[in-house]
Amino acid sequence: MTTSTDSELDLLSITLAEGRRKLLDGEITSQQLTQTFLDRIAATDDQVKAFVTVTAEAALEQAAEADNLLSQGDATAQLTGLPIGLKDVLMTSGVRTTAGSRMLDSLIPPYDATVVGRLRDAGAISLGKLNMDEFAMGSSTEHSAWFPTANPWDLERVPGGSSGGSAAAVAAQQCIATLGSDTGGSIRQPASFCGVVGLKPTYGRVSRYGLIAFASSLDQIGPFTHTVEDAALLLQAIAGPDPLDSTCYDEPVPDFSAQLDRGLDGLKVAAPQEFFGDGMDDDVASTIETALDLLAANGAIIDRTPSMPSVPMALPVYYILAPSECSANLARFDGVKYGYGARGGESMWADMEASRKHGFGREVKRRILLGAYALSAGYYDAYYLQAQKVRTLIRREFDRVFAQHDVIVAPTAPTVAFKQGEITDPYQMYLNDIYTIPANIAGLPAISVPGGFGADGMPVGLQFVGQRLGETTLLGIANAYEQLAQWPTVPPGNVGST
Amino acid sequence: MSDSESTQFTSDQVRHLASLVRIELTDSEVEEFRSELASILSHIDALSEIDTAGVPPTNNGADLLNVQDTDASRPALPRDQILANAPQREDEYFRVHAVLDQS
Repeated sequence: MTTSTDSELDLLSITLAEGRRKLLDGEITSQQLTQTFLDRIAATDDQVKAFVTVTAEAALEQAAEADNLLSQGDATAQLTGLPIGLKDVLMTSGVRTTAGSRMLDSLIPPYDATVVGRLRDAGAISLGKLNMDEFAMGSSTEHSAWFPTANPWDLERVPGGSSGGSAAAVAAQQCIATLGSDTGGSIRQPASFCGVVGLKPTYGRVSRYGLIAFASSLDQIGPFTHTVEDAALLLQAIAGPDPLDSTCYDEPVPDFSAQLDRGLDGLKVAAPQEFFGDGMDDDVASTIETALDLLAANGAIIDRTPSMPSVPMALPVYYILAPSECSANLARFDGVKYGYGARGGESMWADMEASRKHGFGREVKRRILLGAYALSAGYYDAYYLQAQKVRTLIRREFDRVFAQHDVIVAPTAPTVAFKQGEITDPYQMYLNDIYTIPANIAGLPAISVPGGFGADGMPVGLQFVGQRLGETTLLGIANAYEQLAQWPTVPPGNVGST
Repeated sequence: MSDSESTQFTSDQVRHLASLVRIELTDSEVEEFRSELASILSHIDALSEIDTAGVPPTNNGADLLNVQDTDASRPALPRDQILANAPQREDEYFRVHAVLDQS
């Protein structure tokens, strides 16, 4: 009962790597590819609601330019003519950028985020801006000021968050790949919920310039893709030092695809007890065990003995540090320079307070208040400073494990995607990120790959955490698992068909 | 910070915090946030149990120190493009409520 032809479906399931080959061979054109995905968005987004803004006209213009380059043999840029999508937290010159907030309802950025410029230089075509929890605060995309996004595997369920639109757009085949951002799991948890690949690079690997800041010591931009190979390609395009972000490592960018064929033989995999503890649903636990068995059967040495006693503290540490940083970062939204500005109050302060009252949603206000509390006189040492010290302990525990192991394996999230409206208690929502937050706290790269299916046929993500700047090895290990497991990354049936 | 201290989180404390971060709250919001923040803090308070004597704080996601930039001018963004996003502008300026004439 599909309305698409077979060849269109073939194009929709294309990867960046395959698309590159087909474009170079002249088998397809970028305009054909771009139009196919735009048609797909038109057919499915009433249900999925992944996009806040679709930039069809600009995309088709770029596609025509890409086809010119391709026909002249000048398409040296590695992503020439390939359609992707961008989380709406990335500044895009001339294209509305909202961060999922009423505060930025009408913001038209005057510049591009560094990653957006790099993707353009790499020849990629942006199809538009993807929905998210407001200012990237949330785990379900229900905190978007605009609308919730649906999970393509079950439209009644959430896609995860905060990069829910970016994950859903890949699973629903609306884009070949997308970019998201991850502060406490906002790439990996939605990748897990939507059954796709999501990579959070090492903190400092990718420039944050033009990423609307949430928690600056934790935020990092990364790709959503159907394959690990594509994640390596997309990371290749966006990684590397940037004079506009002084927290970027000034290190040469390696070839992230160099170890994709490394295999698992003799690989030392740590499965620390603290990542397999309370709160994990049985269906997730058994799915992850099966995945570990597959790794072990193919040469990996799984070590379950490492203990990381401070890791359970990562969640409390995060809910001090991230709100503290956000309360400072979001002070810039004052209703004066850009964004929503209330007027007509009795003073400038009244206007500012009214701007922030109407511009920010509940979750954002909650976190700003929490951060202000943690930073306030009398509480700073007990909360903020203590959290920074425990952060050091967590980093040291990762260092100790990596002294003897190549990689850490863990579930990405303790549950499969839940129903929209099912979780209303803020702390219950925060518990979604219990297994993803530690990598942010330690600044380490981590990837979620499809790891099987749990209750009701919903996807379960398998997470690998790598060493600092060790993305090449991490991607190699993730690719080895992906090749063995071969889980589908798109739902059966066809979202949007009738 | 013990549990009992954080659960004593008061409405006045919420109002004070809201004034610090310049967010206007309704009375019902004050009550909701009081209860939610108290609940969140009760989970976070476990942090105080951890022995961190002699442990230095980590305040940076990377392990970088003293990154320096070349002292060279760069072109700034065009003024009109910046002002185009202002809620209210007048000529070349952001327009706001008078700041200095308040009593």
